[in-house]
Amino acid sequence: MATTTLTPAASAYRSGLYEWLTTTDHKKIGILYIVNSFIFFFLAGVLALGVRAELAVPGLQLLTDEHLYNQLFTMHGTAMLFLFIIPMLAGFANYIVPLQIGAPDMAFPRINALSFWLLPLGGILMFSGFLTGGTAAAGWTGYPPLSEDRPGGLASSGPGMDLWLTGLILIGTASILGAVNFLVTIFKMRAPGMTLFRMPILVWTALVTAVLVLMATPVFTSALIMLFIDRNYGGHFFDPATGGNAILWQNVFWFYSHPAVYVMVLPAMGMVSEILPVFSRKPLFGYKAFIFATAGIGALGFSVWAHHMFTTGSVYLPFFSLMTFLIAVPTGVKMFNWIFTMWRGKLTLSTPLLFALGFLSMFLIGGINGAFSAAVPVDFALHDTYWVVAHLHYVLFGGSVFGVFAGVYYWFPKMTGRMLNETLGKVQFVLMFIGFNLTFFPMHVLGLQGMPRRIADYATTAGWNELNLAATIGGFLIAASTIPFLWNVFVSLRSGPIAGDDPWEGNTLEWATTSPPPPYNFDRLPEIRSERPLFDLRHGLTHPAAVLPVPTDPSVTSPPVVVVDEPVARPARARRTRKEP
Amino acid sequence: MTGDAHAIALQEHSPVAGVAHDERGGISNPVLGMILFITSEVMFFAGLFAAYFNVRANAPAWPPIPPTVTEELAEHFHHLKAEPWLALALTVILVLSSFTCQFAIWAIRQNDRTGFIRNIAVTVILGIVFLIGQGYDYTQLGFGLADGVFGTTFYTLTGFHGAHVFGGVIMLSVLLYRGMAGQFSARHHDAVEATSIYWHFVDVVWIALFSTLYIL
Repeated sequence: MATTTLTPAASAYRSGLYEWLTTTDHKKIGILYIVNSFIFFFLAGVLALGVRAELAVPGLQLLTDEHLYNQLFTMHGTAMLFLFIIPMLAGFANYIVPLQIGAPDMAFPRINALSFWLLPLGGILMFSGFLTGGTAAAGWTGYPPLSEDRPGGLASSGPGMDLWLTGLILIGTASILGAVNFLVTIFKMRAPGMTLFRMPILVWTALVTAVLVLMATPVFTSALIMLFIDRNYGGHFFDPATGGNAILWQNVFWFYSHPAVYVMVLPAMGMVSEILPVFSRKPLFGYKAFIFATAGIGALGFSVWAHHMFTTGSVYLPFFSLMTFLIAVPTGVKMFNWIFTMWRGKLTLSTPLLFALGFLSMFLIGGINGAFSAAVPVDFALHDTYWVVAHLHYVLFGGSVFGVFAGVYYWFPKMTGRMLNETLGKVQFVLMFIGFNLTFFPMHVLGLQGMPRRIADYATTAGWNELNLAATIGGFLIAASTIPFLWNVFVSLRSGPIAGDDPWEGNTLEWATTSPPPPYNFDRLPEIRSERPLFDLRHGLTHPAAVLPVPTDPSVTSPPVVVVDEPVARPARARRTRKEP
Repeated sequence: MTGDAHAIALQEHSPVAGVAHDERGGISNPVLGMILFITSEVMFFAGLFAAYFNVRANAPAWPPIPPTVTEELAEHFHHLKAEPWLALALTVILVLSSFTCQFAIWAIRQNDRTGFIRNIAVTVILGIVFLIGQGYDYTQLGFGLADGVFGTTFYTLTGFHGAHVFGGVIMLSVLLYRGMAGQFSARHHDAVEATSIYWHFVDVVWIALFSTLYIL
């Protein structure tokens, strides 16, 4: 029998705002990530509405300056990718991963806070270009010579591009630090019994994502720094006239940005893989196959970057085409796993499952139309047309964003302790699903008809009028679908039904603690003997952990609290007390 | 007793479940974090090296003499490769500092605090000598970052390496300060282990840089 004496903590009252600004709690940081990402989601969404409004009919009506149009789509793409989808998924992982592996927090809580706070800083830097005479306008890919600071009509001479570079370097640093944190947390902080092959799929996808971020993001940082040197210190990296190489940017940029697309979708796949089994009342079909497929996508992701550069004439086409097709294999494995998870399951069509189904169907379309572009001859025809815009939105919006909303509806009860309204959720799903397809499906046809990306205007006679108008209507429908969502969150936070610990009968450890969890996450953990510890517990396959005497609130009781752990009745199970130092 | 039962016992005694995992040995969190961070640093330098080899492969001759560069500058380019003695001396200094850093590690592992402080102090001094030497080298080269693609790649690569040496010197100085305050012991010196890994990494990058820029 061991006796532990807990001295009462100093009473430390802090105002709520101070608490949130200085927190190192992974749950609060996760929520900060998610809220921050939603702010940039709406900001970048407004920019997209500007783009769509301009393209609704031929001619320049809304934006009289084509340069402003370039700024809109550049900032829309950059903010959606680097300030919304990547941080949003990192935020979910931040909140969920330590809970799912039974850890009290991330391995480096203060670095975790730093990773978060670099994001709004980077975002503000990038957007401040609007105040300094124009943001970056070279597209989110920032290809030289468009992004170089050289005399001529096609360059970016203002400070906007430099702000863009600086902001992205900060955001990249945040990503790298976050990845280190995730990897150490996952490798070192797992609860007893949580072996690697008992980790929930979301943890696995976070692990592979962190490896991708760790290996790819620094290369992007080096590219950004080289461009910064070119622009500000007279460097010659990307200037062919003085011995540099413009294609070099594309190589280093895509060496990051292709793995980055898996960074943008793998955690969403993980979230969907958590949701489908729960709402199908079945285990995930092919748990290990899913893990190996995830690792396979991560590994193959490093060998396909040049498929963005087929038309440059300076890459070895057969290799990159073949590797790109190979990516379809592990992705197909996952699709198969998801479908067979639901096959003959007892499906409950709640909002999380609806969004997960939206993910499956839309991501499938995005995978298929991507395979077209992987074929070299087809890509030569489709390159830089609206087909590509359709493809990337089907994987990133149809895939990741639907996955994110599935996750929001699934974990909102855990994060806040209250349920979201189902009806409003379904209204949002239907509006968003219709709006999304109305916006982006016509873009396939527009691309096949030859409409190039990144144009502010088109000829009335080009035959693109009706489809562009349809896409614009769809875009505003997507915007409208966020209203029931915001209303739902607002109302549910105030008066939603109390969720309880485990409203969905989940499988993973986050549902074993209270909603929202206490700062240290768990009073006790159930035994972990499979990848579904809570399922095992509900069905009597494992024993619940001994209840620890919870120390009473130290601010209330002033004398030292003495915790004596009694021998707990645990039939047929050996115990060993920890060695006293 | 099975491992699982042991694990359960640990978990029951920790009000903060999961913390107990660290007690089961293995690599410590800060050291693992540093190794992962260095992995990302390797990729960062890989990007810069890729840029160097890319422009070099595309150049008709190396160092290239673009039209913007005068013949005098071209002389300097060749001078750099012809007489790398200062750079060689810097290489010796940095490699030496890696050794003293390792001696410091071995000392603190034996709980030899005096040996630790002495070796770390020598390492800090060698790092500062390296930085001064590199700064002196820059003043002697006669060409700048804007002088052709050779100048750009040369100064970017060596400059970012120098920045890393600077960061390492700061980390080592913190170790020295903390060591003199008596904060490290044989059981408790994760910061020393992590910093030494970083310092060795900086050393290895310089050897690669020296071989690439001055010899290859």
